[in-house]
Amino acid sequence: MIRVQREDFDVGAELAGFAADRRDVGGIASFIGLVRDDGGDITAMTLEHYPGMTERQLASIEAEARRRWPLLDCLLIHRFGRLVPGDRIVLVATAATHRAAALESCQFLIDWLKTRAPFWKLEETSSGSTWVAAKDTDDATAERWRE
Amino acid sequence: MKLLYFAWLRTKTGIGEEDIQPPEGVTSVNELIAWLKTRGTGYAEAFADLALVRVAVNQEYVRSDAPLAPGDEVAFFPPVTGGL
Repeated sequence: MIRVQREDFDVGAELAGFAADRRDVGGIASFIGLVRDDGGDITAMTLEHYPGMTERQLASIEAEARRRWPLLDCLLIHRFGRLVPGDRIVLVATAATHRAAALESCQFLIDWLKTRAPFWKLEETSSGSTWVAAKDTDDATAERWRE
Repeated sequence: MKLLYFAWLRTKTGIGEEDIQPPEGVTSVNELIAWLKTRGTGYAEAFADLALVRVAVNQEYVRSDAPLAPGDEVAFFPPVTGGL
């Protein structure tokens, strides 16, 4: 399931409800991304996205994960709008029969999401607002999943 | 044709979205960008360094030599930074 939303999400409730109707799940892996105050001067971060394309790209990333691993369920929640350090941005959860598929696909999803989902970040500091540039290291991290 | 601009490209062009009728002869993303650059200093600045610009046609990533058709939705934006 894919959700792109402005509101926060309740991690406990999301994970408790995730794949809860199944009896064949052996393990659930999850990742929670937070707004980080890099350098101690970030007051807020505004995430802009491309409505429509975001959902389409997230669906294609989920489909790719399901093609590579035998996933029983998959959850992607990504927030947009103005967030402050400590706020949750993203939740990725994967359910599989065995731990390897759940853990590996969860890492794959977050790595690919960073380089493919159309989000941009405007960082606010005491000296003004700047758009965050994409990192080459993120591309390199995603690249290692190339088949 | 519908054009969309995101992040600092929107700041430079001054608009997030516009409907345009490109002149005849504009049949690819490259040609569209070349024409847009002639429309004002904001556009010229937005497309000054194409290494910093990504393009999507109908919500799928494309290369700059991708063909265009009337009615396409073309989006311009910086490299994406999703996640955390």
